[in-house]
Amino acid sequence: MTIVVLSRRSLLAAGGAVLATGVLTNGVSSLLPPARADGLAPTESMTGGANNYRKGAAIVDRIGKGGFWMSGTVRRAGDGAPLAGQRIQIWAHTVEGQEHEPQSHGATLTDKDGAFRLEMPQIIPIFGQPHGHLAYDSGEFKTVFLRPIMRSAKETSLEAHFVLQPA
Amino acid sequence: MKGWRSARVPLIWAALALAIGVPIAFAAASEQLAWRGPVYILAGFAGIVALGLVLIQPLLIGGYLPGLSAYRGRRAHHWIGGALALAVVIHVAGLWITSPPDMIDALTFASPTPFSPFGVIAMWAIFAVALLALLRRRLGLRLRTWRIVHIPLAIVIVVCGVVHCLLIEGTMETISKAVLCAAVLAATVKVMADLWRKRTLRGERIPG
Repeated sequence: MTIVVLSRRSLLAAGGAVLATGVLTNGVSSLLPPARADGLAPTESMTGGANNYRKGAAIVDRIGKGGFWMSGTVRRAGDGAPLAGQRIQIWAHTVEGQEHEPQSHGATLTDKDGAFRLEMPQIIPIFGQPHGHLAYDSGEFKTVFLRPIMRSAKETSLEAHFVLQPA
Repeated sequence: MKGWRSARVPLIWAALALAIGVPIAFAAASEQLAWRGPVYILAGFAGIVALGLVLIQPLLIGGYLPGLSAYRGRRAHHWIGGALALAVVIHVAGLWITSPPDMIDALTFASPTPFSPFGVIAMWAIFAVALLALLRRRLGLRLRTWRIVHIPLAIVIVVCGVVHCLLIEGTMETISKAVLCAAVLAATVKVMADLWRKRTLRGERIPG
């Protein structure tokens, strides 16, 4: 039993290591360009981040009945200044609907500290990974799609952070 | 001894039924199903069934299932190979309908999920074997040539299929899934080892 769990973990770890290597490589290469060699690098869109995106989700107090918290920050590339009033769109496969369905989508605005927090229904695994989707797609800055993964399907919150660069 | 001999046949079949049936039963009881549509559920179970069929294949061709003649074992291996290809088609088509962009990412090896490329590679290997098996007579492939093609593809199917399955967080229960995967690997290693031994015994040189 232990061996079984370990082998699953080591496989996950191996997959994670591959992902981490990719992230590190990307991180390093995006840090290197001379223009922002000494500044905060912009966040790159994640692979698959835009899947099942519906443009223009309404700003809501809560998606559905809630029970799960999506939170994060939005900052400006270079100096890292918090960006207030930025619209972040959030969607996921939850206990109340599939990713593509309208009721699974909502948007919120960042506060004066550039932080956002939106309650939504519990995210559940879809396509083999419990994950959420977030988008910044308002035009002032370059569009970014994120696809953070939950450590475990039992978690009741998830974070994602944006560093935006001018469009 | 005699008791074992008479019990052996039903025990082997029961073990096979459990190895495949238990993971399916656990998946059927998964709370995840409540949040999935029928097409997604069908696609998921087609994947689990496909893994079960991958366990049966080496057992059939190795002649490890009692009560089946070598001829019937081979015939069953062919039909189950066809069923495996069909299960994979249902799996992929169902997932495509559930979330087209995620399936397109997977098929183009652009998916963020680490298990997707393994599944896609296993899929192409299954399709390749099925196609070659259909054309084998027309192409006039001799046993030796056939094995050179089929054995590496079979290894790819098993290894990639098992990795694909183990990395997925879905309806399957972890332990029963791992046991099924271990059985698939063990059956494959056994049939490969037996093929190797037979070839050494006969002094033949069957490459691959």
